Amino acid sequence: MTIPKVRQHPEHLEWVGKSIPRVEDPKFLRGRGNYIDDYEVPNMLEVAVARSTMAHAKILSIDTSAAEAVPGVVAIVTSENVTDHVNPMPDFGPSPDKHTWYCLAVDKVRYMGEGVAVVAATSRAVAEDAAELIEVTYEPLEPLTDMLEALEEDAPLIHEALGSNIPFHRKFTFGDVDGDFAAADVIVRDTLHWGRSGGQPLETVGAVADYDAATGMMTIHVNSMSFTHFLFLLANTLRVPSNKLDLQPHPSGGSFGAKFFEVKTATIAAMMARITGRPVKFMQDRLDNIANGDHHGSDRYYEVELAAKADGTLLSTRYKVVDNYGAYIQFGVGQHGNSLAQAVGPYRMSSIGYDLTAVLTNKCQQGAYRGFGSEVGNWILERMVDLMALELGMDPVDIRRMNFIQPDQFPYFIPTGNVYDSGDYEAVLNKTMELSDYKGWRKRQAEMRAEGRHVGIGVCTCQERSVFSATEFWFWFDEPVAAPVTSAPESVTLKVDAMGAVTATLYSNASWGNSPETMVAQFVAEELGIKPEDVSVVYAGSNQGMPATGPGGSRFTIMVGGAVEGASQSIRAKAAKIAAHLLEANEDDLVWEEGGFAVRGSPDQRKELAEIALAAHMFKHSLPEEIETGLEASHVQDHPYTTMPNPERTNLGVFYPFVGHASHVVVVEVDPETGRVEFLDYAAVHDCGTVVNPRSVGGQVIGGTVQGLGSTLYEEFLYDEDGVLRTPSFAEYLIPSALDSPTLRVGHNETPSPYTPYGIKGGGEAGRMMAPSAICAAIDDALGIRIRRLPATPERIVEMVDAANS
Amino acid sequence: MSTHDITVTVNGTATSASVEARRSLADFLRHDLGLVGTHIGCEQGACGACTVLIGGRSVRSCIMFAVQADGAEIQTIESLAPGADLHPLQEAFRRHQGLQCGFCTPGMLLRGLELISDNPDLTAEEAREGISSNMCRCTGYQYIVDAVLDAAAEMRAEED
Repeated sequence: MTIPKVRQHPEHLEWVGKSIPRVEDPKFLRGRGNYIDDYEVPNMLEVAVARSTMAHAKILSIDTSAAEAVPGVVAIVTSENVTDHVNPMPDFGPSPDKHTWYCLAVDKVRYMGEGVAVVAATSRAVAEDAAELIEVTYEPLEPLTDMLEALEEDAPLIHEALGSNIPFHRKFTFGDVDGDFAAADVIVRDTLHWGRSGGQPLETVGAVADYDAATGMMTIHVNSMSFTHFLFLLANTLRVPSNKLDLQPHPSGGSFGAKFFEVKTATIAAMMARITGRPVKFMQDRLDNIANGDHHGSDRYYEVELAAKADGTLLSTRYKVVDNYGAYIQFGVGQHGNSLAQAVGPYRMSSIGYDLTAVLTNKCQQGAYRGFGSEVGNWILERMVDLMALELGMDPVDIRRMNFIQPDQFPYFIPTGNVYDSGDYEAVLNKTMELSDYKGWRKRQAEMRAEGRHVGIGVCTCQERSVFSATEFWFWFDEPVAAPVTSAPESVTLKVDAMGAVTATLYSNASWGNSPETMVAQFVAEELGIKPEDVSVVYAGSNQGMPATGPGGSRFTIMVGGAVEGASQSIRAKAAKIAAHLLEANEDDLVWEEGGFAVRGSPDQRKELAEIALAAHMFKHSLPEEIETGLEASHVQDHPYTTMPNPERTNLGVFYPFVGHASHVVVVEVDPETGRVEFLDYAAVHDCGTVVNPRSVGGQVIGGTVQGLGSTLYEEFLYDEDGVLRTPSFAEYLIPSALDSPTLRVGHNETPSPYTPYGIKGGGEAGRMMAPSAICAAIDDALGIRIRRLPATPERIVEMVDAANS
Repeated sequence: MSTHDITVTVNGTATSASVEARRSLADFLRHDLGLVGTHIGCEQGACGACTVLIGGRSVRSCIMFAVQADGAEIQTIESLAPGADLHPLQEAFRRHQGLQCGFCTPGMLLRGLELISDNPDLTAEEAREGISSNMCRCTGYQYIVDAVLDAAAEMRAEED
């Protein structure tokens, strides 16, 4: 694949760029969201999972006799017979046969909370009663949660078949790292630890499965699993033919990555549906989700070196990373590709060294969380740039500004091979400084400090890559996957009915707090000259579906925009033929304007879309012979810009090409006695190219920032050295409340992408990718400390202050 | 499991039912009455997604037993806009995009209604503190605060 052509974006847009009220909202405001737990069918059973109470133990025996005797219990599957019913779960890592993962633990448990049995009963309460009566006899094994201990020779093995606790390790060198370090005047080094937090949407994951033995069709209603074009993997797990698996999407009550290809819940429901011959619902409770939800975020230990010239010119970064993946690999392999997509941030650096060791331990496995690993890379780089500024005695703003990639350097290829399509980082920074009154705050800060107050200011300038290509999953394999470059497609069907009313059909599980229906309505309105509120948006089940990938990696709006654009072109092309016939005009003389075709120069001679649609549906035989009845078109939007890694993998190709940018300026006051952080001001300016719905993007920025705040100050899935999960509920896993959250001033800068419809770049993960950097810098500035570990809980802040004072 | 006969008035309609002693009010509303707008997020009273009003006061229906509601007047999200028009608070949430995934929204709306009814002139600080009882994982709360304030102003104007 070559570089896509540069687009000419239309100068006037009717609907793209307007903050129309969201199409999704009326049903949610009325409590009629049709969430998965709202869905019930007659004769339905419910499921509860019995979870391991041990972090690491052999399963010696399981006694289900007392559970079976509970009235209402219909079927029980345990670790001892789960392999009779299903195949292993999809595992995207190298050598999945060496860390085999089933929906229940097999032979031994590998983290506290892993499922050991599943009960299907006439109600959830009965299923839970029975699950509690299941007696498992364990032989305890030495627990292992520390990722550095996992690397030691005599460490207990999580998967004996692997022979170590390292499922993959790879050292990349992009550019002349040694040369750049040799040429450096200053090198700063640090060790940094990003603790594991996760999406924790208020709605957990659920599934309702129904197996029809007569047809062999397995139908599963889900609120997860967007990857409809990867569903053959789930079909394999369930041992059903791929054309006998149908997923019916329901809106998600939040995901933030935590429902991204979450397949275990559906697997368990489907397994029990086939065994019982009845519909089965499995709705995780909060403990299932926290302890066994397969979607903890990154958990990384870094040793980092940043090299620069004496004037502050940044040269190169060396990363040595250990990532604690937990007990299984599942989907986590993409997380470091995400970091590598924007490894130099917005700065001109000519080389990158990246040494990754993935480690398995007795923790729950990782999945996606808003940023999918790139937010960690942002935090590490910004921590190091701040350290360099401190080392050189420079203002943190100045060192950033002088190293920015300049507007005339785009498209800009970074050392890893990925491309940044466009940007104007200085404009974003200047807007943020203005919005925050940075200089004014520096003055006020001096005055407040004179009063003995601990006030700090933090600045960050970070990237937000968007629209991933699946090539990033393969970087870590010893042997490159012998496959050509793939796409991660998105599809739409547009149907104009006989009355001219338009229905858009989506094919992925797209609605989880983003605004897919609003986006599609705005795009269709723009393309077909109708009003957004007149577009009907529906979702197809996967068996009637087209290739689709859903939200993830800030891709959805761009990709569905391309799909709507393509389908609309087909609709207009057919409509032009019909209009030409109806107007007795030459097709070449027609112009599309305001939702209809008119004869050029004779605007009165025109046919509206509705008139054309009526003819298309009802009067085929009065139209030219080649025109078939109907006015409907589908379009598969393939990844617009992706290339393969080179064989040596010194260049990973283009895999995340549309790169937004943001700057946050944060002012905090910290109480050194309690570690309490109060936000005095928060300004955020984002550039995600052309903004489709400013209020909607604003909501993503603010919400993402507060999630970033949570990962920075409060949230952690904390396991102690015995492998006991210390944060099993919202009483310990602390999500920011309204009182913990700042009021943001949000600004937008628009640098349209040359390669996407309308110039859109992704914006959905914004906020969480920036906030940790800016907040940590502000706290450091307030207290004269350096945060090296997240979350920087109040307790840890007090410890750092005490250490600094002693 | 023992059962108990209860009578409750839900959204103005009196209902009698026989419920298990351990049936939570949230499960009773959702499964026995089909009022699925009351959501369950944590089942330990932390998140507030299950908030309903009893006698005008917000309660967490996931940590209240249905039997405890015997004789109570209960208001759920389904009562807010029985017809075609949304309630002014719902309209304000829509205008300000005070929601994203919609899961916390019914609880947030009922809590917001209680706050405005307690103090029609509430300030931004009071609104923010008031909704800190309920978790929202999407919005970062800011547009919810805006919506509550705007709705309060509108409802004051309607009163005049």
